Amino acid sequence: MVEFKDIQKKFGKNDVLTGINLKIQDGKTTAILGPNGSGKTTLIKILLGMCHSNKGDILVGNSTTKNNWSYRKNIDYLPQIANFPGNIKVKEIIAMIKDLRHQKTRDEELITYFELKPYLDTKLSHLSGGYKQKVNLVLSLMFDSPFVILDEPTSGLDPLSLIKLKDLLKKEQDNGKTILITSHIMSFVEEISDHISFILDGKVYFDGSIDELKSTTQETDFEYAIANLLKNDHA
Amino acid sequence: MLKILKYSFFDLIRSRWSYVYFLFYLLLSSVLLFLNNDLSNAIITLLNVVIVLVPLIGTIFGVMYYYDSQEFTELLLAQPIKRKSIFLGQYLGVATSLSLSVLLGLGIPFALYGLFQSNVIFDFLILIVVAVFLSFIFSALAFNIALTNTNKIKGFGYAILVWLFLAVIYDGAFLIALIYFQEYPLDQFTLVATLFNPIDLSRILILLKLDISALLGYTGAIFKDFFGTIAGSLVSLGVLAVWVVLPLWRMLHVAKKKDF
Repeated sequence: MVEFKDIQKKFGKNDVLTGINLKIQDGKTTAILGPNGSGKTTLIKILLGMCHSNKGDILVGNSTTKNNWSYRKNIDYLPQIANFPGNIKVKEIIAMIKDLRHQKTRDEELITYFELKPYLDTKLSHLSGGYKQKVNLVLSLMFDSPFVILDEPTSGLDPLSLIKLKDLLKKEQDNGKTILITSHIMSFVEEISDHISFILDGKVYFDGSIDELKSTTQETDFEYAIANLLKNDHA
Repeated sequence: MLKILKYSFFDLIRSRWSYVYFLFYLLLSSVLLFLNNDLSNAIITLLNVVIVLVPLIGTIFGVMYYYDSQEFTELLLAQPIKRKSIFLGQYLGVATSLSLSVLLGLGIPFALYGLFQSNVIFDFLILIVVAVFLSFIFSALAFNIALTNTNKIKGFGYAILVWLFLAVIYDGAFLIALIYFQEYPLDQFTLVATLFNPIDLSRILILLKLDISALLGYTGAIFKDFFGTIAGSLVSLGVLAVWVVLPLWRMLHVAKKKDF
């Protein structure tokens, strides 16, 4: 289980997170939602140790993430914007990350699944946005870790690839993986996730299942229910 | 850390700039040796080139490499790798590949000329030691600058300024101070001020070894007076080592605290 305890983060004078308390259940898929700039990515980066919180603590299992790096062995992370060094080839970057992590991989399987075989010898700077995202997916999912974090996994993917991604994630759910996603595609979130955590003004504004969200907001449509959360706050 | 070092090193070794840098030294020392036919003279000329050029290339290359590999660094940060290993590995990759370019660029022509049969081999070794030290010092300074400035233009600006200050302005300001306060005993001030500039220190270290008092200058003469040749060399080597360790320590400290 992952537990966020009163996470606070400031960038200069800008209070991004003002006290996040959140528990992510094992074996469930949790979606972190919120308007643009609400600090979803920052929260994930704090979880991964890429950013440091000003206050608060995160527990992964029983260990804290502060001054600790080994917990990342059990995490697969898909970054939001796939920025890769441009001058190396697809297969080189896959080999590099494999070599650095020294864990069991299923890269071959994923390369076939996302139809990346013909692009293995292409330089990353020559790939289109969608293919970069596919490489990103292979890189982050190839270690088959029990905890998967996906930051905007759908960006740049065509409808067919999107369906493939959904199928893959459903398989992962059946295997009992814990998944944390952020996305702005509400239909995708609705289809994939068990649990919704809505962040607004740096705090967890709503935390519960999709059905709970619909009944609280008295909306039958998920997208409208989310919009309702946003509207009521700003009214 | 060794894996990151390996990747950074080979990444740089494959780059065009490493070859240009290497070929420049190769050409320069070949021309100096085979046209001049004098090992000691060649070493002195190279000294003057090395103490200005190595810091310049070290800072620019270091800053450039850091900004260039930012994306890869972010990818690495999400992996189960210690932060320290990532930055230390990248830094050592830059510093060793630069050092290797100088070492081979100067070493090959000297070896062909018959350095190993001559009695100036230790003078040459000191030149190499200084070049390696300066590469390590100025790449560490460059990483410090790049880590504290997210704005690339600013980063490059500061890098050039640091080099300009230590290679040119420092000496000028120092001379002006000496002239201005010439009625006062300035020995100790001079001694301390020299320690604060690795470029000055390197120059003195080589000249102490070559034992050419005419070229030592005021700072060098005082240095020799105070420490003598052997102790003077040891002190300057020690301070150069401090010049590597301190920026390196700060770099790791900043990297640990930084948000990516």
